Amino acid sequence: MLQILSYTFMQRALVASTIIGIVCAVIGVYVVLKGLAFIGTGIAHASFGGVALGFLFGWNLILTAALFSIFGALGIGVVSRRGEVKEDTAIGIFFSASMAFGVLIIGLLQGYNIDLFGYLFGSVLAVTQEDILLSGALGLGILIIIGLFFKEFLFISFDQEMAQVVGVPAALLYYLLLALMALTVVISIKVVGIILVEALIVTPAAAAYQLTDDFKRMMTIAVVIGVVSSIAGLFFSYWLNIASGATIVLTSTLIFGGAALLSPRRRQRPVEAPGAEPALGLEPATDGEKAPSSYTEL
Amino acid sequence: MTANQSEAVEFENVTVAYGHTVALQDISLRIARGEFVGVVGPNGSGKTTLLRTVLGLTRPTHGEVKVSGVPVNRLGTRRRRIGYVPQLAAIDPRFPVHVLDVVTMGRYGEIGLFHRPSAADRTAACRALERVGMLDLADRQIGQLSGGQRQRVFVARALAVEPELLLLDEPTTGVDPATTGSFYELMHQLHGEGITILMVSHDVGVVSQYVDKIACLNRRLVVHGRPSEVLTAEAVEGCYGCGALFLTHGAVPHIVVDVHPKGKPPHRSPAAHLLEHRAKE
Repeated sequence: MLQILSYTFMQRALVASTIIGIVCAVIGVYVVLKGLAFIGTGIAHASFGGVALGFLFGWNLILTAALFSIFGALGIGVVSRRGEVKEDTAIGIFFSASMAFGVLIIGLLQGYNIDLFGYLFGSVLAVTQEDILLSGALGLGILIIIGLFFKEFLFISFDQEMAQVVGVPAALLYYLLLALMALTVVISIKVVGIILVEALIVTPAAAAYQLTDDFKRMMTIAVVIGVVSSIAGLFFSYWLNIASGATIVLTSTLIFGGAALLSPRRRQRPVEAPGAEPALGLEPATDGEKAPSSYTEL
Repeated sequence: MTANQSEAVEFENVTVAYGHTVALQDISLRIARGEFVGVVGPNGSGKTTLLRTVLGLTRPTHGEVKVSGVPVNRLGTRRRRIGYVPQLAAIDPRFPVHVLDVVTMGRYGEIGLFHRPSAADRTAACRALERVGMLDLADRQIGQLSGGQRQRVFVARALAVEPELLLLDEPTTGVDPATTGSFYELMHQLHGEGITILMVSHDVGVVSQYVDKIACLNRRLVVHGRPSEVLTAEAVEGCYGCGALFLTHGAVPHIVVDVHPKGKPPHRSPAAHLLEHRAKE
């Protein structure tokens, strides 16, 4: 056990996965509550174009990927808010285009030795000192910004329109949240990869959501689950000699499964599914003063 | 002091169109300071859109909306003196947030960025909760409330900024009769304190007992005035397009025909009334 820790690559891997375990879980709370999971997947895929461009010109991949994913995030946000196309359509257009662009460039670079698989599915053991510093600094920046706008981000996640009504700059903060999510994706690419990163964002927060109905507690639990999955996943992948990114993700999935089984929400009074509007004229007249009779106690 | 300042809200030839769909057409309406106005009309008649133009959430295609004589898009921080209670269905009831937090959110614009809610903000939120009779449930998660209780929390959120103008969108939809009664009692009190209230509703019968004026909307403003004067058979027909109409929205079916059955045969087909009305135009 301790012998593993004497390897430099393992130390770096541990530090890197702890950082992203924390940052992904924090941003994930907003992603889960505001329903941004699909846009997050889109942003992650969009970063692939940036990764390829970085290869082409020999630039720092994290920076080019950050550029692509932030522009992707804002592009999706702007196009869908202006109402020309629906948000999920915009996501489909942007992320496929950026991926196609990346594939095209990688095609041009044939003959170079590119660890494409590592970028798609993570290769935590290839994390360099520079990567750690960069992701540490960006991760800290993300957390500080979230701390600064903590109450506003909570409000726009709960009710974006009311936030705007009471005079909170809701649209700007929404774009800022998307940009922070894009940066989170980027600093996680090395560890879990473009394809798997969304799981590390969504799963710990979704598990925490099962366990509490308090916002701050949900964030704390998500961070604990994120860090535990990252570290445990890393050790499992070392011992079993299997892919690290995938192991981290599957560890968090297991924890989510446990949380869902233990969830006090399952025993709670039933509530309507989020966003479900009662059909006209079908609502019971008592309107939930008593529990609806159709609900079967578990 | 300009003459405008006695008007709390002014709509001047307001038209709102979404693409080819006209939601509101050429609405001109003045609401005096301190007035309690009920807005009634069938589904899709533009009632919600009317409120949204006052909030600046929807921009008129033509015309202008002014609040206290100032165009809505130039209100700046005065916008915060508007309290809004949106329709119930819009939020996720499982969101991990507590009643007091939700009400305090009403003050986030006042509090400003980078500041935490102060003790004064908490006090204001508690006072608002007390007014709607929900103070003892301040620590509940919103998912643990009934629809009626949740609606009262949103009224408290709107009151937390001590508004001069209160906009409510179908606040009693899906709320049980007892709560509806105490809700109107609260509106009556707020009206007595000089708050201007603009309330969209389906309960034509109930609303007309409390409001100063009623506005019947069906994309156009069909009629506006004191309930006793304007709630004639013709007006309601013009508004709803037929003499008798069952509105089943939310919990209770409301029968519009109750307010005006002045000898009209109730069994005439709605379509016939609609055609007749259109022909008159």
